[in-house]
Amino acid sequence: MKHSLASDKFRREFARQIEEICGERISLCYQCGKCSAGCPVAYAMDYLPNQITRFAQLGLTDKAMKSSTIWICASCQTCSVRCPRGIDLAKIMDALRILAKRKGIVPKEQTTPLFDGIFLGSIEKYGRLHEMSLITKLNMASGRPFKDISLLPIMLRKGKIKLKPEKNNRRKEVRDLMRKVERLESRR
Amino acid sequence: MKLAYFPGCSLHSTARDYDVSFQLVCRKLGIELEEIPHWVCCGSSPAHVTSHLLSVALPCKNLILAEEMGLNTVVAPCAACFNRLKIAKQEVAEDSQLKKDVQEVLGKPSTGKVEVKHPLQVIVEDIGLEKVENMARRKLQGLRVASYYGCLLVRPPSVINFDDPEDPQSMDSLVTALGGEAVPWAFKTECCGASFSLSETDIVLELSGEILNEALEAGAECILVACPLCQSNLDLRQKGIEKRHRKKFNLPILYFTELLGLALGMNMRELGLSRHIVSPSRLLERKLAVI
Repeated sequence: MKHSLASDKFRREFARQIEEICGERISLCYQCGKCSAGCPVAYAMDYLPNQITRFAQLGLTDKAMKSSTIWICASCQTCSVRCPRGIDLAKIMDALRILAKRKGIVPKEQTTPLFDGIFLGSIEKYGRLHEMSLITKLNMASGRPFKDISLLPIMLRKGKIKLKPEKNNRRKEVRDLMRKVERLESRR
Repeated sequence: MKLAYFPGCSLHSTARDYDVSFQLVCRKLGIELEEIPHWVCCGSSPAHVTSHLLSVALPCKNLILAEEMGLNTVVAPCAACFNRLKIAKQEVAEDSQLKKDVQEVLGKPSTGKVEVKHPLQVIVEDIGLEKVENMARRKLQGLRVASYYGCLLVRPPSVINFDDPEDPQSMDSLVTALGGEAVPWAFKTECCGASFSLSETDIVLELSGEILNEALEAGAECILVACPLCQSNLDLRQKGIEKRHRKKFNLPILYFTELLGLALGMNMRELGLSRHIVSPSRLLERKLAVI
């Protein structure tokens, strides 16, 4: 694998951005690989979790942010509990996802970012999650309209899903809250 | 004891059974619950992978609502909500800039005095296993239970500060206190795939499949959970997992509040156990003679 390394200034800037979002210092990592050894979803990733930290240390921002790894991470925090350097890697994964979303470099084949957007849209609209509309919208957006349709009758029969969203009187406050967050973050 | 109740979105939909059994158990144990009026979603994973500020502001909004009720403890049965509420509380307490930002977004300060607890913590630490044992009307004699804690109930330990992050014991001790057999097994805190249920279903089928397999190999007859996402992945997806692994598991996935309710003398109907996809009726009729 051949990569051209980023300049010191660029590397430091990327490390600073990550630290600003999540408070974690990637420079602490000495590449022992314990995070990857315990990661339950490593089998589905294109790069191992410790490789992502290494890319970030070397300033290979695209390599880190365009990997499937950051979207496959399930936020289970097994790595964070076991890191001998006390790095909360799950938080670094969050920071990389946030940066990738900000820069608009989210890989099209990833369904999880679609899920995130639709989920937050539901909260913005109703103040709470409406699962039925989340499922339908996600299925349409990801091009699998009939996914899980066989589970619907039993879920309805067992009262595990509602056709109509719950009405929350404070939903306007949630919408305002989300707008304010966006405004505050865009100022920075 | 009076607690502010934060049910969260799941307990009003896929996990109605958890909501019902938790409320019944509380009534029996003398815990008074008052639902936080107009609570909002905690933001869950989609918030913390999209905006750090949003992931803290949404839980803080609920903590302020609880403060306004004049209560000092919030109880959140969903492990994901519990986790987000705890993390938000701690981060705001430790980061003055974040605290300022959250206050600007919410238009109100939070005193940060409200405690956040999970029902398991309330029952094991505040009520105490001795009292629970004394109140039990039915022994879980001979029932072999695998306690599954998942990720968010015990991690990160620096924030959660409850039980062990790798080998937790609280649910196992509850099972033992109620006369059941807590089977030792290695998958107590392995991830079930959590919120990937809809977006990366294959991962859930794989990870939850391994958990079911391990529980079965350990000799368990059912799995005990304390999180609606774990329950749904292991129960609702179990048929799909069986097909994929070409193996029958037929393992009922019970909320710990349901098993506790049965031990306290309630029946399956009032606890809403018919809502489960993998029916626990035959097992419980056979082992505990309940209806």
